[in-house]
Amino acid sequence: MPQDFNLEQFKVTYFEECHELLASAEEQLTLLQQELGNVDVEVLHAIFRCVHSIKGGAGAFNYTDLIDFTHSFETLLDKLREGEIPISMPLVDVLFEATDILSSLVQRAQDNQESDPEVWKKTKQKLESYLKEGGVKKTSPSDHRDGIADYDLTPEEEEEQGWGLFIDLEEDEPASELPPEPLENFKPTYKIKFVPEPHLLRFANEPLLLARELSSLGKYVAHADLSRLDDLDQINPDEAYLSWIFELETDASKGAIEEVFEFVVDDCELVIEKIGGEAVTNTATTKEAQGVKAQKPEPRTARASRIRKEVELHTPTQPAPPQAAQLPDTAEDRPPVTETLNDGSKSLLKQQAKISSIRVELDRVDRLVNMVGELVISQAMLRQQVENLIPEDSHVMAQGFEDLSAHTRELQESVMAIRMQPVKSVFARIPRMVRELSARLGKKVDLITQGEMTEVDKTVIEQLMDPLTHMIRNSLDHGIETQEERAKSGKPERAAIKLSAEHRSGRIQIEVSDDGKGINRQRIVEKAVQKGLLSSDHDLSDEEIDNLIFAPGFSTADEVSDVSGRGVGMDVVRRNIVSLGGRISVFSTPGEGTRFLMSLPLTLAVLDGMIIRCGQEKYIIPLTSVIESIHPIAEELQPLVNGAMMVSMRGQYIRIVNLYKLFNIKGAVTDAAQGLVVIVETERYGHVGILVDELLGQQQVVIKSLEENYDPIDGVAAATILGNGKVALILDVDGLADMEHGSDRHRTFANLEQQVLLTGEKAHGHD
Amino acid sequence: MVTTDTGLTPQASGSDELVMQEDQVDQYITFTIGEEEYGVDIMAVREIKAWTETTHLPNTPEFMRGVLNLRGTIVPIFDLRCRFGMGLTEATKMHVVIIVRVEDRMVGVLVDTVSDIITVGQNQLQQVPKMDRNIDDEYLSGLVTVEGRMVALLDVELLFKPQSIDHGIALGEAAVGDQN
Repeated sequence: MPQDFNLEQFKVTYFEECHELLASAEEQLTLLQQELGNVDVEVLHAIFRCVHSIKGGAGAFNYTDLIDFTHSFETLLDKLREGEIPISMPLVDVLFEATDILSSLVQRAQDNQESDPEVWKKTKQKLESYLKEGGVKKTSPSDHRDGIADYDLTPEEEEEQGWGLFIDLEEDEPASELPPEPLENFKPTYKIKFVPEPHLLRFANEPLLLARELSSLGKYVAHADLSRLDDLDQINPDEAYLSWIFELETDASKGAIEEVFEFVVDDCELVIEKIGGEAVTNTATTKEAQGVKAQKPEPRTARASRIRKEVELHTPTQPAPPQAAQLPDTAEDRPPVTETLNDGSKSLLKQQAKISSIRVELDRVDRLVNMVGELVISQAMLRQQVENLIPEDSHVMAQGFEDLSAHTRELQESVMAIRMQPVKSVFARIPRMVRELSARLGKKVDLITQGEMTEVDKTVIEQLMDPLTHMIRNSLDHGIETQEERAKSGKPERAAIKLSAEHRSGRIQIEVSDDGKGINRQRIVEKAVQKGLLSSDHDLSDEEIDNLIFAPGFSTADEVSDVSGRGVGMDVVRRNIVSLGGRISVFSTPGEGTRFLMSLPLTLAVLDGMIIRCGQEKYIIPLTSVIESIHPIAEELQPLVNGAMMVSMRGQYIRIVNLYKLFNIKGAVTDAAQGLVVIVETERYGHVGILVDELLGQQQVVIKSLEENYDPIDGVAAATILGNGKVALILDVDGLADMEHGSDRHRTFANLEQQVLLTGEKAHGHD
Repeated sequence: MVTTDTGLTPQASGSDELVMQEDQVDQYITFTIGEEEYGVDIMAVREIKAWTETTHLPNTPEFMRGVLNLRGTIVPIFDLRCRFGMGLTEATKMHVVIIVRVEDRMVGVLVDTVSDIITVGQNQLQQVPKMDRNIDDEYLSGLVTVEGRMVALLDVELLFKPQSIDHGIALGEAAVGDQN
């Protein structure tokens, strides 16, 4: 059934909307909590609107649990904003809890699952107990406690829910209270009195432009008032002498009209009043000599007496006659005569008046991003071909290519900007977590966030939440001391955790720092030795010791808590960050605090790569992992007994990854002394050197999935397309190190065969 | 000529387009590998293009000839001759890659030439006789005779099923082992 189909579509939008609303509600709740003593009623309004909007949609789709719950929630919020119930800390906690429940109810509705009434009824009762405590009798339909069966919607309410689906309703006002407007074809008329101050023109304001702007809102009649006009020889051309009265018929709200005059409002006298939408007679008039051309429907009878002159420019075609009889007498059809700006049920109109953003499926954006990637590649291909042309032809083309590449670069940036989102969406969830955890751990912590509007690609945002959560938890649990410890070391009672984001050299840098006790290096070393990660006669620098916390399975918490300390935390954090092409480091000063620094690429769609050659094959190594490249001399190369080759670089032994061997490449340099060793940083093996034939250059490449049409391949992270149109593989340095160090299962038959041929014996560790 | 049970002589208007009166008919694109002729369902075919140099993927079976850039999509190319155990194709510009869609994936099949489009009714299909050769033949969905030539119809979904690829790898490795 087509209706069903449509409903499904709306549901998708509804749930998307719900998640945003919930996030926003939570944000506002956090705000509420922070300024508990001095609550801004706007915050309460905002939360109310979120809950109300969710309820509206739930009504339309008949999610009874949701309706029931949101209703109680909303009623409480309503009382709160009315000031009938005082706000207290426990109450805010209940509100948080209710938001959680709401979120899970929404999730269940989305998954088409039945919700367990036990869970939400309890919270609902809590909400309702506050209502009773507040001594206020609940109003209206909330009297049916459990019964959604008898949740009868008034027609108005249904209407509102239908229309209000995805809109924040400003007021919960039944639409029926509004005076019905009888005439469908007539829009409300505003009388706008606009009297510029004499100096208005000096600020480069032009009344004509304002008039034109007004005409975009609807039909209007302008009446010029020339009374201030001096004699011609007295006129100062810099001064404004004229004033006007506009009579505007429009659907737009008063706010929209005010917006037109936004820039001149301080330099003029402006009166906007609504004069109803009654029928008007058919006359055509235009305003005076300045020649503001506007199609005017009839002026109204009552008019300022000062109008002296009306010039008739247009005779509009017959305006629609009144059709009062045809109009159904329902409230939603007409904007009310009264001021509409804050009227909830009319905010649909308001929204239409100023849409500044649109909702687009991510798929479409992704497609766009892909196409731009293609464009960049095609351009690189063309350019390469042009270089082979004879010079006199090519220089004209070269010029064209300069322009083209400037445009494509800009296009690429704009397209990528579409997917950019402020990190706020991730940061917004942190305060809540800090609040809950600090309460549980009995620590007093302030969270300071900075740079939350810093933008980064959506794909990166999605991957950011987990690592960030881990790090904050870690800081709270391990970093921040207990109250007593803080008191003893003379630190302020309240600890601070700082979370900040900023753009730095084409990457986003995220910092998490605390003013806790810092990393206990001695314990780290003990632990590492105990776990066999380190020999007891190590000579690691402080910084290296600090970085041991990223080692797999490393946790120094004395007891495993439910907050952190399972020993997977920082290891996972690092892996997540690295898999995003980022890096993480830690800086710690004992007694003063710890600072984690993450640096991430702004997007996962392109990366800077180093093109290398091995045999006839070209590969890309992500630039973020490259440390340096060296030409080792024969003396620096040391074979190990297991067949591995080490290169010593400034006293450090680095294992060589024989790319030609791992990838079975023929005709490649096999002696490290003849080739080039690219030192890369890996997650699990530290620095390793990849043996290649030569470096070919550095280039930004568009990342293409290999897995889309084929299976994953060891040692290959993805693919890209080079300027010649050929596919090149992007190497996965960790995977390669894995293969080199690695277990037999990474070795294929062919590799083993080749090793037999090369060395005359099977390499140790592979049999 | 195709002979059928009904004894109808199809109107072979110079080509081998056959229109069957009864039952469902399918169209196949036929191609050759050496002397052998094969057909794939025309609905699976997305594109036919000349062979271009591919980028080799490391540590993949021999019949996996690497990947190429098909307007921005990375498409793996399979050497069908090699897949059938008849050795690597010496690919030249005259060789043809047929791009087929298998489930959600696009794959390319390297063949010698593309010869024709044939229309085949269900009742013209003959079962594939059980072969005694140790070769995986589940991907042959039937045989059909066109102008006296036998065309083996391929089921691409079975051809690129992971198990059958594994089987192919095993065969390939066995073959390599034999050579040594």
